[in-house]
Amino acid sequence: MPVFVKDANKCVGCLICMFACGRAHLVVGVESSCIKVRSQGGISRGFSVFVCRGCEDPPCARACPEDALIIRKGGGVLLKEDRCTGCGYCVKACILDAIGWNNAKNKPVICIQCGECAKSCHYKVLEHKRV
Amino acid sequence: MIKEDTLKQVLYIDLSKKKSWVEERQDLFSKYIGGAGVAIKLLHENCKYDIEPLSPENPIIFAIGPLNGLFPIASKTVALFKSPHTGNLGESHAGGRSAIAIRMAGYGAIVIKGKSERPCYLAIHGDKVYFKDATTLWGLEEGLSIGSLIRKQEPGAGLRTIMRIGPAGEKMISYACVTLETYRHFGRLGLGAVFGSKNLKAILVSGKRDLKVTDFKEYKEFYLELLKQLAQSDKMKKYHELGTPANVLPLSFSKGIPIKNLLTNELQRIENISGENFAEKHLGRRVACSHCPVACIHLSALRKPYEDEPYFYRTVYLSYDYELIYALGTMLGITSSEGVLKLIEIVEDLGLDAISTGVALAWSTEAFERGIIDEKMTEGIIPQWGNVEVYVEFIKKIVFSEGEFFKDMGKGLDYAASKYGGKEFALTYGKNEMPGYHTGYGAHIGYLFGARHSHLDSAGYAIDKEAMIKSFNEEEFAEKLINEELWRQIISSLVICFFGREIYTPEMILKCLKLAGYELDEDMLNEIGREIYANKYLFKIKCGFDFENLQLPQRIFELPSAIGELNQDFAQKIINILKEKIKSLL
Repeated sequence: MPVFVKDANKCVGCLICMFACGRAHLVVGVESSCIKVRSQGGISRGFSVFVCRGCEDPPCARACPEDALIIRKGGGVLLKEDRCTGCGYCVKACILDAIGWNNAKNKPVICIQCGECAKSCHYKVLEHKRV
Repeated sequence: MIKEDTLKQVLYIDLSKKKSWVEERQDLFSKYIGGAGVAIKLLHENCKYDIEPLSPENPIIFAIGPLNGLFPIASKTVALFKSPHTGNLGESHAGGRSAIAIRMAGYGAIVIKGKSERPCYLAIHGDKVYFKDATTLWGLEEGLSIGSLIRKQEPGAGLRTIMRIGPAGEKMISYACVTLETYRHFGRLGLGAVFGSKNLKAILVSGKRDLKVTDFKEYKEFYLELLKQLAQSDKMKKYHELGTPANVLPLSFSKGIPIKNLLTNELQRIENISGENFAEKHLGRRVACSHCPVACIHLSALRKPYEDEPYFYRTVYLSYDYELIYALGTMLGITSSEGVLKLIEIVEDLGLDAISTGVALAWSTEAFERGIIDEKMTEGIIPQWGNVEVYVEFIKKIVFSEGEFFKDMGKGLDYAASKYGGKEFALTYGKNEMPGYHTGYGAHIGYLFGARHSHLDSAGYAIDKEAMIKSFNEEEFAEKLINEELWRQIISSLVICFFGREIYTPEMILKCLKLAGYELDEDMLNEIGREIYANKYLFKIKCGFDFENLQLPQRIFELPSAIGELNQDFAQKIINILKEKIKSLL
């Protein structure tokens, strides 16, 4: 489990992690971010943070009809882009909604377990553990 | 700017015809960067100077800049309109999720014209614009529930802004605000009333996209450097920790915080409403605007018992800041933090600008004591320093009463004091109510000559702070005020939050702009800043604003400020120098 949500109560909703995730995928912005930050029904109730937890038996990989998602050693999956047809089943299979989408490519953006999000968080909401 | 950048897209919305269209304005965004710079040009293009501010012809213009979405703490949106409060330039800035949402929806500016036949709200999802019925939302008195109703109706969670008005906006109180993300505001100069005049209850904007930079590797390195500075620099510490209320105690020691309409500079138990005390007793959560790690928004948790039901409580979260503690605390002689929070709650629920409301209440209290206004006019309400419950009732009357006096109060303090008398102690500047600094010449003359008559125009309090250690002559005061206001035109065109201004030095800004595809140098920036400033002042003048009508309230000369007693001749000399300087810039 390389990145996990340590304490969502400390999340201030700044979205810095989402931008960090974008940069890790070599883009500027939030479209490609695999992380989602949402208020719990209004900002006064605080935020929920959804990030790929690197499942050992990932449902996204199982849902892929093209075997484009390969189970990664140490958790998570790797995307074989040439095999992916952009069907979006993986996104639906992820109950955490932790898969992003690149509209230009029409392909999913998969967490690469790099920990850039955790590193960028000022409030230690996320923690990165090397496996 | 970068060719593919969607920043150049200006979304026009006509509420009367229910039509929207996009115009590409690379010309404006190349020349004036974005934010305030582009918005003031769009205001000149779209607003006839002689129109009534509350008529359908008054446009609402929102603009962001090239740094929004690219760099941290570039988190603000600028709103421009003709102000129903002053009759000339209306300018207000807000953060929340607005700037990033507009950027991600693919626009650099949004221009809203006309008037909807029925109450409506706008839902802008990327390139789709929906005109939605809001007749059910109109007249709802719980200002904060509008957000939750729209949240439930619309997609885009997490990356959307919801700007809305409360009853004060619907009733076109000239200092009604627009609230976004529950805790941020286009507070000053009456944007809420302009929304109300258009039957526009709310605007939702959402979008998702990736942006371009000229050199990704350099961008990434520079971004991390900025992020590090924002996290570690002492310059940001005050916003991180106690937030802006950290200023309550220092300003009370220096006699710079206004108390009871500037009748005194002593307030017993002011420590009860210090930033320290608020944090200790009430701080419940800290939140941030999109793309800003600072999280300066301090939310207090106020537990309120139900009077008729034992063991039943509700907890409300309210954001507090220095200006609110001043306007709804010290200015009214209130020294309990719960009392300040109760007033913040009512001001939020009704959707009023807190500063204008507090200053108007303070004047009313003194005017009542002096017999200028009486119980018949106030419908039996007797305003009294420190009396929270009475002030709550008074505020409700401003919004809901049909009586003449309260109707007049709803047009702003300058209007009321011009009609009833007591102008010498009405703390207004160019018809806008006073911000929370009685620090010296810098603050007061800054409010008077700032293009939007706000402490944020030129931060005169900071100049006064310098003047406490080192004395400045008239020329130096004038020079410092104008230079600060000129430079702030650039910051509010990018659009960076003013809290980040010490991190974003000219050198840093030029580097950021280069990555956004702008090849500029410092001289060019300064020239753009001057031009934006001139465009604002020209708008004011064409709307009938005249320097010669500007006057400092007499009251400020009667009570020593943080830099001591203020001398009228000295102030007049600064004013004369400023008038000449401003004329030379136009």
